[in-house]
Amino acid sequence: MTTIYENNDLATELRLGLPGTTDESKTELSNNKRSSSDLNHHDQQDSSSTSKVQIVGWPPVRSYRKNIVIQTKNSNCDISQGMYVKVSMDGAPYLRKIDLRFYKSYQELLKALENMFKHPIGIYLEKEGNTTCGSNYVLTYEDKDGDWMLVGDVPLDMFINSCKRLRIMKGCEAKGLGCI
Amino acid sequence: MASASLPEQVLKHLFSFLTSDKDRNCVSLVCKLWYEVERRCRRSVFIGNCYAVTPDIMIRRFPQLTSLTLKGKPHFADFNLVPDGWGAYVDPWIAAMSQSYPFCLEEIRLKRMVVTDESLELISTSFHNFKVLILLSCEGFTTDGLAAIAANCRNLRELDLGESEVEDLSSDWLSHFPDGCTSLVSLNISCLGSEINFSDLERLITCSPNLKTLRLSQAVPLEKLPDLLCRAPQLVEFGTGAYSSEVQSDVFSNLEEAFSGCKKLEGLSGFWDVTPAYLPAVYPVCSRLTSLNLSYATIQNPDLNKLISRCHNLQRLWVLDYIEDTGLQALAASCKDLQELRVFPSDPFGPEPNVSLTEQGLVAVSDGCPKLQTVLYFCRQMTNAALVTIARNRPNMICFRLCILEPRSPDYLTLEPLDAGFGAIVEQCKELRRLSLSGLLTDRIFEYIGAHAKKLEMLSVAFVGDSDLGLHHVLSGCESLRKLEIRDCPFGDKALLANAAKLETMRSLWMSSCSVSFGACELLSQKMPRLNIEVIDENGPPDTQSESCPVEKLYIYRTVAGPRFDMPGFVRIMNQDAAH
Repeated sequence: MTTIYENNDLATELRLGLPGTTDESKTELSNNKRSSSDLNHHDQQDSSSTSKVQIVGWPPVRSYRKNIVIQTKNSNCDISQGMYVKVSMDGAPYLRKIDLRFYKSYQELLKALENMFKHPIGIYLEKEGNTTCGSNYVLTYEDKDGDWMLVGDVPLDMFINSCKRLRIMKGCEAKGLGCI
Repeated sequence: MASASLPEQVLKHLFSFLTSDKDRNCVSLVCKLWYEVERRCRRSVFIGNCYAVTPDIMIRRFPQLTSLTLKGKPHFADFNLVPDGWGAYVDPWIAAMSQSYPFCLEEIRLKRMVVTDESLELISTSFHNFKVLILLSCEGFTTDGLAAIAANCRNLRELDLGESEVEDLSSDWLSHFPDGCTSLVSLNISCLGSEINFSDLERLITCSPNLKTLRLSQAVPLEKLPDLLCRAPQLVEFGTGAYSSEVQSDVFSNLEEAFSGCKKLEGLSGFWDVTPAYLPAVYPVCSRLTSLNLSYATIQNPDLNKLISRCHNLQRLWVLDYIEDTGLQALAASCKDLQELRVFPSDPFGPEPNVSLTEQGLVAVSDGCPKLQTVLYFCRQMTNAALVTIARNRPNMICFRLCILEPRSPDYLTLEPLDAGFGAIVEQCKELRRLSLSGLLTDRIFEYIGAHAKKLEMLSVAFVGDSDLGLHHVLSGCESLRKLEIRDCPFGDKALLANAAKLETMRSLWMSSCSVSFGACELLSQKMPRLNIEVIDENGPPDTQSESCPVEKLYIYRTVAGPRFDMPGFVRIMNQDAAH
């Protein structure tokens, strides 16, 4: 690979190596040590898989922007419409609606519902082994298959994706669901 | 030649009309007398590279400063290319200035520097009339330091934490602001992560009648906004917190009413976690908006469109690529005053496109918005034809940064390199000052850049080029070049050594994952004593490297301060005295 420099400045250039030698030494240089990003790229070209090898610092997006994107990726819902489900409470005349996306834990969800209906609600939490308070009411939900389940068994993400509606059930009726 | 020199007082008065640094620097070069007069009455100094000069040199020359702006780490630090601990410590500057400028220094603006709580405390107690603290993309401090600023700076006007990384130790630092009226004009705490004490915030806002800019953090929920806005209806710039809540009509109408009450509002930002149903609450202010930052808002069309099409006076829009081509077409139709557009990727690491945003969107905006001059655009495909069209439409372009997500992507229709397209940009846009390249590009684009981009000041280059000829074209042709940052390009020793003198006319050069050898760095440092040549290598102590080994990262900058001594083990500054 020969390159011709038209600019006269290069005639007086400083270079490594003896006068009269060409650029072959340069290819040797780049073979001695490959940067990690070069390696990444070559891996990409060699492998037939579609998974990408992430290059450090690419694309040039600041880290706080990347984090925001990742959070929203986890929700499988149509982003513009939220994940509103109906909530009913035995004995209450009106139903309410809440957006399930914004709760990071079952505790948060429960607190929101307790606020909404102004009544303590029990929830079955595996760690505690029983309902959290002496409340008569228990939180249940209808899943994709149409079955009524006790809230708290599965990881929150899984629950959010399968929950179609919520029902705050009187304790005596919830017995059929077990655990109490 | 004897010249009748004007009395010093007259000179001082004349110089007081010169506000630009460039003009004052020129004036200093006229003669010794002018140099002396000018330096004693200079009030504001901008230092683009904190290692180009020392605090002592600055203080010796300028005995009375009101304002200092300092920049630290190189730009690529934003993308984690500069390892932690590299440097850019502000402490020595604050320490020196606290001794020399206690009664005059009022403003400190920092970018990409490491700031400690000790420094913040020292600032708060040393400078008697301290007014402005701006910390952009800084790190190293906690809310304790902020508490000191709040408590001690009685005349504080601006506190802007930019996009800094702040360790949240306590939510009550806001309570340290004094009781009674404050002189706050601008408060930006959008980068803070933890809980905020709302009563402190409310009190502060109520007691700051001059507040024009308020940018809240994500922790401030939507329900709090009506109350806060009603306390500050004079706001010109406002940044919301998390813009989400269960949809309730009373909350909505309160919010809408609060926004309606802000008759001077021109800029909006924030909008994390948007509940689309609440967007119409800002409709009352849309027609007055000149600046809108929706770059955290995961809203899509039609909600996005409905909002933007109401903002007929928009000059600056930052948005995620959820806007898609259709949204950009609508933008082009509605916002004829648009000057700046930034489109960020919602899913930068996804292998497949998740949105329909292509080169067409940018072409549409370039066509419809005659004042468009600043562009940052992330997309997945580009063509030479599109770039040529954009260049033809917008010869007034000043800043053009295009990031095609997949490195080395060619013109997706012709599969050719994008040399012709980017070439058109530099040829047509004669006022171009900043350019970022991406996609498949050969040495040819650099030939065009060297030939045409005479006003180019900053060039960012990644995964492009064929050989040293590319770098040589840029270094030898771009007369106005100040900053050059390069990563993963096949540029090596030849061009660098041939253009050594050029490097002293620039602020800095960054090269990482290129082919510059350690030996060339040594040679360069011997030839150019007024450059600091920093070899950054996390893989091992630089001493073990042989001459021909390529360096991992290279940062070269001109300096009158000589080599620095605060660098970590993985940074070595080539010593011009090194015998070889």
